[in-house]
Amino acid sequence: MNSIISSYCKIKNNAIWINGKELVIDAKEVDLTIFLTGLYRQINMNYPKFFKMDNLCKLGMLAAELAIRNSVGFDKLEKDKIAITLSNNASSLDTDRNHLKTIIDKIQYFPSPAIFVYTLPNIVIGEVAIKHKFAGENAFFVSEEFDAELIHNYVSILLNNNDTTAVIGGWVNVDGNEYDAFVYCAEKSNFNLDKEEYKQIHSAEAIRQLYN
Amino acid sequence: MTVYIGANNIVSPLGFTTKENFGALLQGKTGVKQQYFSFSDTAFWCSKIEPKDIEQYFDVVSKGNAYTQLEKMCILSIRDVVQQSGIDFKNKENLLILSTTKGNIDVLEGAYKNIDENRAYLPVFAKAVGDYFECINTPLLVSNACISGLLAIIIGKRLIESGNYKNVIVCGADKISEFVLSGFKSFNALSEAPCKPFDKNRVGINLGEAAASIVLSAEKIGTVKLSSGSSANDANHISGPSRNGDGLFQAISNTFVDSKIKTVDFISAHGTATEFNDEMESIAFTRAGLQQALLNSIKGYYGHTLGAAGVLESIIAVQSMLSDTLICSAGFEQTGTSRELNIIKHTEKKTINSCLKTASGFGGCNAAALFEKI
Repeated sequence: MNSIISSYCKIKNNAIWINGKELVIDAKEVDLTIFLTGLYRQINMNYPKFFKMDNLCKLGMLAAELAIRNSVGFDKLEKDKIAITLSNNASSLDTDRNHLKTIIDKIQYFPSPAIFVYTLPNIVIGEVAIKHKFAGENAFFVSEEFDAELIHNYVSILLNNNDTTAVIGGWVNVDGNEYDAFVYCAEKSNFNLDKEEYKQIHSAEAIRQLYN
Repeated sequence: MTVYIGANNIVSPLGFTTKENFGALLQGKTGVKQQYFSFSDTAFWCSKIEPKDIEQYFDVVSKGNAYTQLEKMCILSIRDVVQQSGIDFKNKENLLILSTTKGNIDVLEGAYKNIDENRAYLPVFAKAVGDYFECINTPLLVSNACISGLLAIIIGKRLIESGNYKNVIVCGADKISEFVLSGFKSFNALSEAPCKPFDKNRVGINLGEAAASIVLSAEKIGTVKLSSGSSANDANHISGPSRNGDGLFQAISNTFVDSKIKTVDFISAHGTATEFNDEMESIAFTRAGLQQALLNSIKGYYGHTLGAAGVLESIIAVQSMLSDTLICSAGFEQTGTSRELNIIKHTEKKTINSCLKTASGFGGCNAAALFEKI
């Protein structure tokens, strides 16, 4: 079975790329939370749960939202058969450090479930699943750096299975103020690539080029 | 293609080999007891390995203190499996998969004087363990909340089937830390007594620590195979299970799709002993037509070992199949779920040809895998 990349979104170095075109952002911002909130407003996401999320989830939600919105026909797919597999380097360490701050001082001791629940990297998968009602396969991998072979290989394995018709795949990393995200939609395809749409053959090389 | 189950190991308070662990379960021993920690005046009920035991075993393996406690647990567990199976990670055909939720998080709590803080990054942890075994392939690290271990096994099977590797060793591991204890306490999820999975009076989980390793192979190395496996998301809530068991039901259904059998002799459930998790499982198993299958949760012996749980519990399930012995579901007395399950009340001999293993976790994730005798 062959597969295609039907859309992608890259958020990196204060710039956003969707299907090969740059999305001009309203305000350049150095603080990550403010940057992500600005982008949320600019694209009219209108999803109040966004504000309770940690930066890893905010970044992943925005990248997934933009990839999904720009994938033609993705909304018509069976949601139980859409898988999500993401990866990163820092796992949930950004929020882990925040949880540690709440327990380091025995007098000012205030661990909170609202923070603790975000100390797992796959919560970003859960948040994307909830918003878009994607109930298929899940997997979160942690690797030293963006690993196009790993991502392509596992997305392809999922797409070869009857339980999966499409996959949200990629990389979402947050470590302090450093961040980068590359999220794409992959689908099974008979390679009738419509020139009006953004589509290309799903390969490790294609993923690497789009990410870089 | 058939994927076979081979050598395995468990490092836990109940022993440092699978044999010791299974022997302890047959005798009804539990690792769960009241433990005091330097950071708290109150004791926690949990299943914790004595650090001196790890040191004693590890001394034989390697001198010096270049490894964290979690890395030592993983190395001891994987080393036993490597020795039993002869799998050589210097060979391109063999892959190590690590499964953990928090890895070396205790490094950030100042647990070690001589270990750099960057060891809290999971790839650095994976490299430390992988380098010990001179792995030619970078170990693959799966971190997917409480389904990590079972999901890592399913991923291992898929990588073998797709021709990427011939043998995979999956090692799941997590350690009890102030980080995790304080977090689950803030959720009011900790039981102040031994946990009681599926029981009417269950009030929450006990945490546990363990490292557990298992061989998956394309070669016919044993008499149990991993027939199928699947994962699914509830798409409902990040910290609460679905009220109607949607995700777990879907994972189970997909696991049986291509299977010749439609029910199993035995279910090794997740059974954390929280009110909502166990209730959700009872609904999912009933929807899947499995309410008659004999079922246990072994959290009463090991607590919830997080990233290790799926691997540890799969190993015990396979041992149950090989020895045709059902292990009593410790802590269970009275039905405490809206759907009645067939819970194992006494450890006893019974032919077990098939077993369904399940897991569910934060982020709405669920996984199921089917093991069968060949």
